[in-house]
Amino acid sequence: MFLRTALLVLRKDAAIEAKSWEMLTTTVFFAVSAVLVFSFAFVKEGQPLEDAAAGILWIAVAFAGTLALGRTFERERYSETLRALLLAPAPRPALYVGKLLGILLVLGIAELLLTPLVALLFHAALFARPLLLAALLVTGTTGFACVGTLFAAMLVRARSRDVLLPILLYPITIPVIIAGVRGTSALLASPPDEATAMMWIGILMAFDAVFVTLALWTFEPLMTE
Amino acid sequence: MNRTFAPLVALAGILFASAPYLIAQAPYESTMGLVQKIFYFHVPSWMAMYTAIAVCGVSSAIYLFRGGKTADAYAVAGAEVAVLFGLMGLVTGPLWGRKAWGVWWQWDVRLTTALLMQLIFVSCLLVRKYGGPGSEKLAAATALFGAATAPFVYKSVDIWRTVHPKTSVVPELLKGSMPGSGLPFLVSALAFVLLATVLMMLRVDLAKRQASLDELYLAYEDS
Repeated sequence: MFLRTALLVLRKDAAIEAKSWEMLTTTVFFAVSAVLVFSFAFVKEGQPLEDAAAGILWIAVAFAGTLALGRTFERERYSETLRALLLAPAPRPALYVGKLLGILLVLGIAELLLTPLVALLFHAALFARPLLLAALLVTGTTGFACVGTLFAAMLVRARSRDVLLPILLYPITIPVIIAGVRGTSALLASPPDEATAMMWIGILMAFDAVFVTLALWTFEPLMTE
Repeated sequence: MNRTFAPLVALAGILFASAPYLIAQAPYESTMGLVQKIFYFHVPSWMAMYTAIAVCGVSSAIYLFRGGKTADAYAVAGAEVAVLFGLMGLVTGPLWGRKAWGVWWQWDVRLTTALLMQLIFVSCLLVRKYGGPGSEKLAAATALFGAATAPFVYKSVDIWRTVHPKTSVVPELLKGSMPGSGLPFLVSALAFVLLATVLMMLRVDLAKRQASLDELYLAYEDS
């Protein structure tokens, strides 16, 4: 029941997205243009700044994620479907999980494009350990998105929600970004520092466990009117 | 106002009055000398902040799951006092660090996480101020996340190798690692925690008065 509801919410969002392609195109375009701005700033005379690639990859993911998070609930607000969603005889946390999966899907596709782009523009050996990089990206994005989905959902009814989402989201998720950046730059070292990367993946998994638990626990009381 | 308020204020006053004398009497630390005495402000202000965070976290959870104006009043009070004492800790820390480590700020785990925790509580206050109606719940959730980071911030110095001293400094001091400094530390710690408590009580009282004033206005408009 729980998983089926979550998958139904995901399918609903995917169906809307497949019609308009709005969220995916805007998110990906924004992420790519952010990386381009960084490459103008940090590549001098053909030589990229050392260690810049890891930070730029994660900043692009965080910025694009904020944009996507704002959109996914804005859409529910415009068409006034949020109340219908909340009225459905389904466990509330399942709605949250469905929304979270949708965001993860969008960000995952954005990352598939971003990673080669950053590797290309910054001469970074991001694909030296593809599995470890994938693990870092998955755990890091989950940590970022699970807090983001919760706050974006709550902010739907607040005034000046566009400003408040980053204000709330960044202080809480900076640890995730730090762990992601450190882990990625450990992989970029030559030779890749696998032990350090594994340590940061472990820390990210601990973050994910804490954040997902807290979010599932607080989603229900937060979304009651 | 609560009946325990006046005695608490008196006790805090006595402790604050005697603390400078006791701190002046305390021995100089062998390597850092006079600068080390900032310890009697720095550590107690973080202890006061953890107290405020505990109050804020617990009352935010109660507010989220049960509701009620009192829990909300305690959550605001806790968050505001936590930011105040955290700011004191963040000011005294660099002053000490400049002399002890030679730099104002170091991006080590304890300093970074403490700063982030402060940012979470500042954002909690910002949401409450600018979020419009219904933002109390949002602020409560933010505070809950902030309170969840507090144990990590506290234990971070034991887990990672940092320039910041470990948490074991305080128990060792009380056991007599630096004879003559235990009592001054206890007095200043108690004074700061009491100050935080008194401030929170005042803030809760203010919130309650605001609420009853709002009710009176509403009743007047209805009549």
